[in-house]
Amino acid sequence: MNMQSLILRTAGQFILPLLLLFSLFLLLRGHNEPGGGFIAGLVAASAVSLHLFAMDTAAARRILLAAPRDLIGWGLTLGVVSAVPSIFLGEPFFTSIWFELTLPVLGTLKLGTPLFFDVGVYMVVVGSVLTIVLNLAEEH
Amino acid sequence: MSSSLSLTVALPILIPLLSGALSVAGWRSLRVQRGVALLGTAALLVASILLLHATWQADFLVMEMGNWPAPFGIVLVSDLLGAIMVLLTGITGFATAVYSLSTINERYSRFGYYPLMHLLLAGVNGAFLTGDIFNLYVWFEVMLVASFALLILGGERAQMEGAIKYVTLNLVSSAMFLSAIGLLYGLVGTLNMADIAVKLGEVEDTGLVTVISMLFLVAFGIKAAAFPFFFWLPASYHTPQVAVSALFAGLLTKVGVYSLFRVFTLVFSAAEPLTHTLLLWTAGLTMLTGVLGAAAQFEFRRILSFHIISQIGYMLMGLALAPLSALALVGGIFYIMHHIIVKANLFLISGLVFCLRGSYDLKQLGGLYREKPLLAMLFLIPALSLAGLPPLSGFFAKYIVIRAGVETESWWLVGTALVVGLLTLYSMIKIWAEVFWKAQPEDVDLTPPQTGSLVPLYLTIAGLAALTVCVGLFAQPVFELAERAAEQLLNPSLYIDAVLGGRA
Repeated sequence: MNMQSLILRTAGQFILPLLLLFSLFLLLRGHNEPGGGFIAGLVAASAVSLHLFAMDTAAARRILLAAPRDLIGWGLTLGVVSAVPSIFLGEPFFTSIWFELTLPVLGTLKLGTPLFFDVGVYMVVVGSVLTIVLNLAEEH
Repeated sequence: MSSSLSLTVALPILIPLLSGALSVAGWRSLRVQRGVALLGTAALLVASILLLHATWQADFLVMEMGNWPAPFGIVLVSDLLGAIMVLLTGITGFATAVYSLSTINERYSRFGYYPLMHLLLAGVNGAFLTGDIFNLYVWFEVMLVASFALLILGGERAQMEGAIKYVTLNLVSSAMFLSAIGLLYGLVGTLNMADIAVKLGEVEDTGLVTVISMLFLVAFGIKAAAFPFFFWLPASYHTPQVAVSALFAGLLTKVGVYSLFRVFTLVFSAAEPLTHTLLLWTAGLTMLTGVLGAAAQFEFRRILSFHIISQIGYMLMGLALAPLSALALVGGIFYIMHHIIVKANLFLISGLVFCLRGSYDLKQLGGLYREKPLLAMLFLIPALSLAGLPPLSGFFAKYIVIRAGVETESWWLVGTALVVGLLTLYSMIKIWAEVFWKAQPEDVDLTPPQTGSLVPLYLTIAGLAALTVCVGLFAQPVFELAERAAEQLLNPSLYIDAVLGGRA
């Protein structure tokens, strides 16, 4: 599938990194402010879809680095595994665990199991949207 | 509660979720998926045995997910009934995984057979363990989504036809379930089942309570395939892969039955005259219509499907008589334990017959006794157990339920149960005579399908048959287990105290 539009192709080159960065931004701010794995995943998936429209399916697969179905699988695994560490700390399943790291220059970094859960969701959303989109695009 | 116990309650849900995720990740290789399925279901079986053991010791295991206290957060509660059901899920899941080794080929695994199977197990276990009514709905949906996809795996015409009936009726049921939850939440302002049970006692508008309880009765009645909502079951259960049929036959309707047991002992009292009368009628008519439907069938799996319905009637009879006699509830629980193992096994046998002959039609089959005497013997065990012949598990299950019926002097229900038992025997003898005894018809030309080694099939069937014999021979410990589970159900205050602690 190729739209053969010079404008779309040129603009796409600029928009793609912006959208992907924006999706990362949404993913990271998600826990305390609007955002999160689901919405960020949708933004990333739409970025790749846009690239697909501007270029072709092979180009879209290249940005993904992994097959969309792999993304679903590993994302799901990450999501389930992120609920587990709480058990080893003597807390019930699904309790959030936070660690604080002090980094030079940047200040403190707060990492927690909900972040891993969000990353898992992100991967699943990107994977499932693109499985559908790519399959549809390759039908023709 | 200590963390190891908390882990015990969570594992039966966590393990299938994780195995499901891993088998999606390993979608490229059938071998990886099979390995994950075997390991995952074996681990599930072990985890469910541990859970039953821990629950036997401690009576109730309660875990507040994410450390949010009840009744605000979602709790997982394992009482004996829940733990028994989880164990049965573990057994069925493991049996199905072994059976799938040689019946599920590349084609089905590409459509996602293994991840869906794990998802189904996770949904079923979640439904058995949750202590929150809305969460119960969520697990129902998880299970249904997985079952919709499993049902149409392969995409044949008959499957689509069955699936449309199945999906439609189940969606109606889900809508009712959800409306009932909505009304209930509006009435008492809580979703935790223990908390609902407490608050419902203080509600003055008893008319609305009756409406809600009726909605639950119908919603779960549809899921359990009780009269008059059963017709989706024989329309769909004979269409998917045999391993899928067996999983459905063993577990899905029983989740409906379990929910009825749970809701009508804990939240609503089955002693209420209207519910009680309705349950009695439903039980009797479910038994009767199921068995009469089976008598008219000549397709192996359709006969078995109709028998699921008639057996559901016995379980409901146990629940319906519970307010009058504690023994009835014990019988109902015993019946569930017996039924899941036997019914899954019969479906698996029908699959093995298909692998050998290439047909499910009784008229086209025959001569298997001469060729495969071992298989014939293995068929007789679950078949006679289903019909209720001593010393197999079905005899004790029926005996307890019917004895409770005699004690409570529900003569017409006892009569129905006995007649249905006899007709079940007729159906099983029909299968025996047609498939195993009579000579193979000369004029039919059947080609058996291409399958892998039949050893896993025989192993699964023999294992489940051995279990049936064990439940029959060691009926006393199983009876004691059912008795304690029933005691817990009959004293809802124990459950409520365990969940809410001193807060109620």
